[in-house]
This record gives sequence, C-alpha cells and structure tokens, in this order.
Amino acid sequence: MTEQNRTPLYDLHVELGAKMVPFAGYEMPVQFPMGVMKEHLHTRAQAGLFDVSHMGQVILSGQDWDQVATAFEALVPMDVLGLADGHQRYGFFTNDAGGIEDDLMFARRGNDLFVVVNAACKAADIARMKAALEPDVTVTPLEDRALIALQGPTAGAIIAALDPRAQEMRFMDVQDLTLGGIEVWASRSGYTGEDGFEISVLADDADSLARTLLDVDGVAPIGLGARDSLRLEAGLCLYGHDIDTDTNPIEAALTWAIQKVRRKDGARTGGFPGSDRILGAIGQPLVQRRVALRPEGRAPMREGTTLWSAQEGGAQIGTVTSGGFGPSVEAPIAMGYVATDYAEPELTIWGEVRGKRLPVHIAKLPFVAANFKR
Amino acid sequence: MKFTEEHEWLRVEGDEVVVGITIHAAEQLGDVVFVELPDEGKVVSKDDEVVVIESVKAASDILAPIDGEITEVNSMLTDNPSAVNEDPQGEAWFFKLKPSDPSQMDELMDEAGYQKFIA
Repeated sequence: MTEQNRTPLYDLHVELGAKMVPFAGYEMPVQFPMGVMKEHLHTRAQAGLFDVSHMGQVILSGQDWDQVATAFEALVPMDVLGLADGHQRYGFFTNDAGGIEDDLMFARRGNDLFVVVNAACKAADIARMKAALEPDVTVTPLEDRALIALQGPTAGAIIAALDPRAQEMRFMDVQDLTLGGIEVWASRSGYTGEDGFEISVLADDADSLARTLLDVDGVAPIGLGARDSLRLEAGLCLYGHDIDTDTNPIEAALTWAIQKVRRKDGARTGGFPGSDRILGAIGQPLVQRRVALRPEGRAPMREGTTLWSAQEGGAQIGTVTSGGFGPSVEAPIAMGYVATDYAEPELTIWGEVRGKRLPVHIAKLPFVAANFKR
Repeated sequence: MKFTEEHEWLRVEGDEVVVGITIHAAEQLGDVVFVELPDEGKVVSKDDEVVVIESVKAASDILAPIDGEITEVNSMLTDNPSAVNEDPQGEAWFFKLKPSDPSQMDELMDEAGYQKFIA
C-alpha cells in the first residue's frame, strides 16, 4: 500500500469521528458521524466546513501582471489579462487534441496569479506550468498552505462577523481577511452551488481556523461524500469523470468559461493548446453534449451507466459520467453525455441498470438553483 | 438470531427464515436511498445476489445466506428505503425464505460470534 499524505486538519477529522478514505493520494474524510445525507442538507440550510487542502495551490509571479497573465493565456482559453485585481475565474488547462487536462480556479493577487488545481492532477499541472512558463514566470507551489471551504447560506454572515471586509465581497471576489487573528486569502466561491468562501491559510494556522469556524453555531464538518452530491446537484463537473483529457469543452457545455476575447474574432483569439478544435466547435453541430439526467424511478444511475434510445433494441446514445442520489432533489440525479439529437429537455431515454433499461429524462442543469451572492 | 460474514441476520419463524442486514452493516452503508427486492417464489442458492441496496454513495448486493425459496419480501422498503438505517434488525427485514436445507443454518455465527467478528 502506498503512503498516503495527510492534510493539516487530519487530527481534527479523526477527533471529530470522520471515516477516513484514501483520495487522490490523501487520507480524507468521506463522512462525519452526521452522515452524507444530513451533511448535504445541513450545507444547503446552514453552513458546512470542508477540508480541501489536498488541492494544489500555486503562485505564478513575474515582472508585472501583463507578463504573468499573457504567459498563462498560452495554457488556458480564458481571459486572464482582463482579470481585475481581487477577482477570480474558473478555467481549465487544454491539450493539443482539444481535451481538458484539469480544471482550476485562478485569482489575481496584485501582480501575481494564484491558481488552485485538483489534487489528482497537481503534480502534472505544476510540471506543465513550469515547462511552459519558466524562467520568465516563476511557478511556486504553496506546500505550506491549507485550503478550507465554508459553504452555505449562513457562510457570508459567519465570515463577515469575523472580518467585516467580507461583507463587500461578491461571488468570485478575492480578498485578504483576518479571521480570529489569522491572516487568510479568501475568495467568495466554492463548489456546492451555495454562497460561501474558499480560504487559503498557512498550514500551521489551519487547525486553529477550522476550530474557530466549527465553534460557530450552525457550522458542521462535511466530508467528500456530501461534497460530491452537492456539486452534482449544482451541475458542476468533476474532473476525471465529467471532463477528461478527451473531452472537448464545448461538448462539456463549458463554452461560457471561454471569454469572447479568446474566441474566434476575439482580440486575443486562440494561442492555447487545441485552440483550433475547441474554438472550431463553438456554434457548430456537436457529436454529443453534457446534459442533466433525471431517472424516472428510484434507482440511481451511477457513473458508467449506458444510455439507450429505446427500451429494447435501439442504439447506445450516451453514458452517465456522474450519478447518484440528490438529497435536496430527493431523487436520483445524474450527468452524462448524449448524442446531440437526444439532448432535448424532457426527452425520455433509457439507462441500463443491472441489465434492465429504466426510463430517464433529459433535465436542465443545475438541479438546484445556485445561491451565490452576486 | 444467526449471523453471516456478509453482515446479514437470520431469524427462524416457523418453517421460514427472516433475513435482514445488521446494525453494523447499515452504519457502514450510510443513508440507504434505494432497495430492489427479489420476486416472491424465486428459488435461490447460497451466495446468489438477491437484493440490491444503494446508499447515497454506492450500490451493494445482499447475498442469499442459504439455499431456499423466497416466500415474501418487505415491499415497504421500496417506498421507504431509509427504514434500513432506522431499524435494520427489526422493521427493515428484506425477505423471508423457506430453506431447502435447514442444516445450513448451523454453519452461521451466533450473536456473540458475530460481535467478535466485527470487533
């Protein structure tokens, strides 16, 4: 068995009675004694605390913002140069085939770019950035920082009570805050569909900060199980499942993340890996498309469930890439790819579960409306 | 009550055996959201997959603990799968089975043996 890493909150998780599982090379809490269902509902009703310290945090720095941003635009199809100080965007690294190497968040901190990437991809992402950007831009993995998310409708008031500057933050704003005497980098974002914050903190301060937040009434620790059902209800992609190295972002319904300035006829069009294939797919007929799926019965349709055009015979028209039960929806939900002709809301298709084809209809993403502070 | 290494319990009721999963198993599974029961009258062999049970995170199978014929299923679980978490060793039994070889019961653990098994 390979040695698993531990986050700075490992002891706290164990103390809180978490069930720990290996995830992307880390021992992570999959659930606390509350259980996945209640943790999920608690986050939608109040506030949940998530340890996301396994994710990669990287600072890119150079001579000035323009140099750093321009260099990073060679790796992602996003408008980086136009990002105002104190703001964050969602993005993804692409490859020459037009697929996605990882998805990420990037924020402007003065002249630096602060990048947060997935745990499973972080070594490859850091290598990719170093190879492409150094020596002009310095790529510094922040191994001494933890990342804590506080998500849910009461998260805004909780953080603002600790530092009133949080009051002014809107969705995707970033701001340095002092929470109970601890300096942090906060962004008003998350991956649950709820209002909330992702908080980067020195590893040495992480345990103390987490305890401060957990001491607030209505804050509960939440594991990876509920994190997955929350992001699925919010219609958000999980890398390695809903998007992967062979996923065209346009088929993944991520066109919104590619700002106009990087598209065809944009001032800084292309210039990232696979740009012809990705930009060429915008506005063109697609082979397949990512859709929301609502099984009509009670049986969940898990990842890998094949999708068919008819109850008997017919053709396979797609596959489920994420599926399970949505505690807030109170029903099974899924996401997957279907041939474009079938990507019509309300259309019933068939998912094969344990040898039986069960009805499932195309729904609209997200399953639960986003509750961001705009 | 008898217990299997697959975390099922068996309770003899006349010439039938009632089968469910243990409290320990229900805790391990987490919140149950779906239960698929076999057809009544189905003849099963030991270790056949007879019930599908899905929690928020994953699907698992319940295996037939002994050979026999399914005489009754607890259809309440289809509409109320969370009963498996609430009362796994009581109301939330899965099926009743008429054993074809009752001596197979002798190979199963008693309560003390099962508690030792999960300790």
